[in-house]
Amino acid sequence: MLTSIRVVAERPIARRWLAATAGLALSLAATVAAKAQETIKVGILHSLSGTMAISETTLKDVMLMLIDEQNKKGGLLGKKLEAVVVDPASNWPLFAEKARELISKNKVAVVFGCWTSVSRKSVLPVFKELNSILFYPVQYEGEESERNVFYTGAAPNQQAIPAVDYLAKEEKIQRWVLAGTDYVYPRTTNKIIEAYLKSKGVKQEDIMINYTPFGHSDWQTIVSDIKKFGSAGKKTAVVSTINGDANVPFYKELGNQGVSAKNIPVVAFSVGEEELAGIDTKPLLGHLAAWNYFQSVKDKSNDEFIVKWKAFTKNPKRVTNDPMEAHVIGFAMWVKAVEKVKSTDPDKVIDALPGIEAANLTGGISKMLPNHHITKPVLIGEVRGDGQFDVVSKTGLVAGDAWSKELPGSKDLIGDWVTLKCGNYNTKTKKCGGQGS
Amino acid sequence: MISAALIRSLDRNATIFLAILAAVTFLVPFCNLVFPPGSMLHVPTYLVSLFGKYVCYALVALSIDLVWGYCGILSLGHGAFFALGGYAMGMYLMRQIGTRGVYADPILPDFMVFLNWKELPIFWYGFQNFAYASAMVLLVPGVLAFVFGWFAFRSRVTGVYLSIITQAMTYALLLGFFRNNFGFGGNNGLTDFKDILGFNVQSAGTRAALFVVSCIALALGFLICRALVTSKFGKVLVAIRDAESRTRFLGYRVESYKLFVFTLSACMAGVAGALYVPQVGIINPSEFAPANSIEAVIWVAVGGRGTLTGAVIGAILVNYAKTTFTSGPLAPYWLFVLGGLFVGVTLLLPRGIVGTYRHWKAEREEKKKAQAPAGVGHAAE
Amino acid sequence: MRMFCDRLVAFVLAFGLLLAAPAGNAQTFDAALTKFSADSFGDTEEAIAAVAASGNRMAAQVLEALQDARLAFDPASKKIYIKDKDRVLDALTGNPVPASGELETVRVNNRLRRSIEAAIGGLTLLSPDPAKRFEAAQAVFKSRDAKLMPLLDAAIAKESDASLKRALLEARAAAILNAEEAGEADKIDAVAVIRARGDQDALGLLSGLPASSPPAVARAAQAAVGAIQNQLEMWAGVQNAWYGLSLGSVLLLAAIGLAITFGVMGVINMAHGEMVMIGAYVTFSVQELIRTYNPGLFDYSLLIALPLAFIVAGAVGIAIERSIIRFLYGRPLETLLATWGLSLILQQAIRTMYGPTNREVGNPSWMSGAFELGQINVTYGRMWIICFTLVVFAALLAMLRFTRLGLEMRAVTQNRAMAASMGIRTSRIDALTFGLGSGIAGIAGVALSQIDNVSPNLGQGYIIDSFLVVVFGGVGNLWGTLVGAFTLGIANKFLEPFAGAVLGKIAILVLIILFIQKRPRGMFALKGRAVES
Repeated sequence: MLTSIRVVAERPIARRWLAATAGLALSLAATVAAKAQETIKVGILHSLSGTMAISETTLKDVMLMLIDEQNKKGGLLGKKLEAVVVDPASNWPLFAEKARELISKNKVAVVFGCWTSVSRKSVLPVFKELNSILFYPVQYEGEESERNVFYTGAAPNQQAIPAVDYLAKEEKIQRWVLAGTDYVYPRTTNKIIEAYLKSKGVKQEDIMINYTPFGHSDWQTIVSDIKKFGSAGKKTAVVSTINGDANVPFYKELGNQGVSAKNIPVVAFSVGEEELAGIDTKPLLGHLAAWNYFQSVKDKSNDEFIVKWKAFTKNPKRVTNDPMEAHVIGFAMWVKAVEKVKSTDPDKVIDALPGIEAANLTGGISKMLPNHHITKPVLIGEVRGDGQFDVVSKTGLVAGDAWSKELPGSKDLIGDWVTLKCGNYNTKTKKCGGQGS
Repeated sequence: MISAALIRSLDRNATIFLAILAAVTFLVPFCNLVFPPGSMLHVPTYLVSLFGKYVCYALVALSIDLVWGYCGILSLGHGAFFALGGYAMGMYLMRQIGTRGVYADPILPDFMVFLNWKELPIFWYGFQNFAYASAMVLLVPGVLAFVFGWFAFRSRVTGVYLSIITQAMTYALLLGFFRNNFGFGGNNGLTDFKDILGFNVQSAGTRAALFVVSCIALALGFLICRALVTSKFGKVLVAIRDAESRTRFLGYRVESYKLFVFTLSACMAGVAGALYVPQVGIINPSEFAPANSIEAVIWVAVGGRGTLTGAVIGAILVNYAKTTFTSGPLAPYWLFVLGGLFVGVTLLLPRGIVGTYRHWKAEREEKKKAQAPAGVGHAAE
Repeated sequence: MRMFCDRLVAFVLAFGLLLAAPAGNAQTFDAALTKFSADSFGDTEEAIAAVAASGNRMAAQVLEALQDARLAFDPASKKIYIKDKDRVLDALTGNPVPASGELETVRVNNRLRRSIEAAIGGLTLLSPDPAKRFEAAQAVFKSRDAKLMPLLDAAIAKESDASLKRALLEARAAAILNAEEAGEADKIDAVAVIRARGDQDALGLLSGLPASSPPAVARAAQAAVGAIQNQLEMWAGVQNAWYGLSLGSVLLLAAIGLAITFGVMGVINMAHGEMVMIGAYVTFSVQELIRTYNPGLFDYSLLIALPLAFIVAGAVGIAIERSIIRFLYGRPLETLLATWGLSLILQQAIRTMYGPTNREVGNPSWMSGAFELGQINVTYGRMWIICFTLVVFAALLAMLRFTRLGLEMRAVTQNRAMAASMGIRTSRIDALTFGLGSGIAGIAGVALSQIDNVSPNLGQGYIIDSFLVVVFGGVGNLWGTLVGAFTLGIANKFLEPFAGAVLGKIAILVLIILFIQKRPRGMFALKGRAVES
């Protein structure tokens, strides 16, 4: 063995390789030694490459900032927090693999991550099986309440319904275009909105539903269809659940074809400051978005957050957005829960979390509910010329419904992990569904 | 006759490969189940699943190598066959959930209840039956490949044209499966599986068993490919790869040969997909993405086109690299590493890893032979 | 824009003076203004109405300022100011005042914007600027404010321009149809006027008549709606063809560089999309520099970006050819592997340099907006892209046909050995050809940055379509690429209304697969011995 190494080492290229390997081994050993001090590990599961990197990279940065800040305050339970960053690369099976790695191999106490519904669905079984905690920061379609997941984004009743109410009341909208990307979130949201509108007496012929594939870039036909639909003599609005990448060409086409917010306002549920940063917003003046947070909200905590964020990213132009706020709230709640039970044991933390309150960035106090969703205010904003939103309407705190009251399949279901210990309890049959493995 | 084919196909390399595979098949689950966590020899469950995933990828790579390495058909749509096999298995697993779904509907999977569907679409019938689902795992990709190949090979679509239309095929399927109206769960795909043949998919035992089954499938696939390429049939395939027109003029029905391997390869990819799904826990339309198919081709190229062991090694190596580089401090830069690997391999190791190794060994033996003329060199695979 | 605003202000001042003569009720104007400082939409709405009705000479200027978010108030003193570039004007008097304390902008929402537009429309109907009058007429057409009838009549009487007169008449007709007290005969006449307009706005107006309209009017309106719908239906075909051309031009633009690197050279260039992306990022960088150093040049940003994108992408292409591709000639499938790796590297490099989020590439003024041609809507951006694509195509064709470099390129790709023995430095030509293809992809990026995301994923969205176009048209034939792109674009747009966007695309893919069975070498297949190799 030894001789063979010497033989190898005598060849010049091989010698270099050997040196490199040795160096690598040494540096690895050094890192191991440095980590000897015990830390609490926090997993960050956001795509840093691939199609979702565009949205998720920011969330990784925000988590790093929050962890950094907590450490400056002295860490948690006397230990430093340590961020473990992985890149699931916008690949859904890889999300599951990375979640498993974070929990089993890196032994993280909690994971903050995921953006798309499918990524959450992909990691769900892993979190259930290995009994860990996931904080999910994005507005989503609801219809879920899992013991191991805490939903800090908006449920449909915290975004869609108030937005529709606003349009009907303030803008006197009578005709509705529900345009979305063809996946679960838009489908569900549109179903909920459709049922809600019909309950308010809107007729079927006054609702147009349109689905497009991911990354759709040629909007000519659809925008002209919207214009046609909007010329039936009734005030028309578009409720857009169009996802990420497809929005820029959509808004550009709207602007070019002269669809202004004055004629046909578009209210979007997936377009925030980050998305607008890629568009010239002057033609979009007055189009709307519904979120639980806007960067333009005037509040002391928000101002501080924005200053810290810009300092942390060393970029005075970086914007903040709603999912970032969700992570801020979620992280604060987790910290409080851990401090309360003085342990990072998942079972204890999961039981401690409902009822925990944390300040949100819009001047209120959000509370974790027994169904693992949180209370949030609903804000409607109009696009300004500078890529920010003017808040035109703000509700009080709305409790997130895990199960929509508007859908026939879920109107009797509730989630309650405190007393009922069940995510989908049927109030009619008094049974807890989905009790499998 | 079968034993003859077996003996013929088992040269030294193949035997070593199968021996290693057998050892892994035994050792990984053994160390996982027998040794307690914390023991030096313990293999954590997540590694078992991870290895199981690699093995499935290796089987796909094998199937691509069969058509590309030996018959010159560059399919950029093999991901489609893989995903279809996966969906067939996913449908079986969905039907097994039964009333344990969140809406507790005994028949309809959750996403259908979610979309207010009233009854099960006809194409979902029968999938509660494992045998039926297994047949579909083979049949659906097989029939698609047969029909597609029948048209394409008969029309003598070759080279890049074939590559591009296979890509168009998988792209069309991708778009189709994304549609919620299609009845396959749209973008979320099929997930939240509970059990397979009555065993909990999340238990360590089931995972180990799935790993073993995947390894056996890989070994079988390997043997079938070996038997095929070492037979006279295999020689014709290579002839087609190297000079299609000449082979045709010699009187061989080139289309039939191509069609056969293409269909066989699609079935293998389907099996890989079916084994992949319960281990990964989700099947979603992104598996149809053309990028996935291209990546699978790259595994083969990295390992060595036209060497079956190379395909397996390439798949495992590239995916291992992906797993490693997507964690830790290198995470934001892993695409540089992966991209660099692809470029580097093409430029420096044009025959792939195994191909280069064999070439190097063959050259050395040539030299030896030149020094001491004796013995009969055996042909490379 | 700025200049336009200046003129506007000047005009409004002049016009305001005209109106001020009979009014003089400064009290009500002052009271109305104060309401703006309440920061409530309800009060602001009342204020708009009051300001518009006050007839004060500042009214139009105040409303314009409100519309452009230039109207501000001092939360302490409740006084209202107009921000005018770097000056601050007292809204009451119009005199410049020193900026005092923190001013807060008066917020408006869509409903208020509509009120403002209508109010300004009323105030500017008699404007000396024809463009302004046209806008005012359109605003009244939308607001259908019957109170403006006398003003409309006055404007119509004075109007000499025929098209403007028609716009005013249409606005008047709209107002009549909405007025309770107007006579039945007048209303039926009005329906005829609107029917003659014949566009979607007319359709919207006629199908949304107040329920109180007399039956005869309702019947006339219904007939008109039917007629307009039929007419629009006919135009829809033309519109679809236009959309198809536009989509086709985008496909062509994306594919044309690939037609060189893949079609002519035989390199399966998976990094082609990234060259397009590089072009788009060059545009972004150029615009950033212009925004920082010389905003006046913004309208020329694309013209500046074009040669730069060509050079940058071309240089990257040449670098790739020299460092990687040249070792792989004759092994097309290896080029697939290497260029795929390259595309990953380039994407991540851009992501590292520019960040993963979308970057804003603005549209110069000549690329924004649309005009009506008959009843079809032509957006300037799309129109220029079509023109640009055709120019690029023609230039490329001419280059290959008439220049020495083009001749050498054709020679090398047709028969390398022969070309080499004729004294052509084939390796240099290879590099230049690949550079040319990449450079064209780069300028495609400039154009695509106008209609799509500028993100590291930009190229990925086009790569599959580009390959399909080249293969469908026939590898190695530029005309094939042209015809292929437009065929796919138009077919897609005609399928989309029936099948929807997703199924339409699937149908196109299936059609391509079937077509390749029929013609295994694309639409315009190369013939001869070179084909088999």
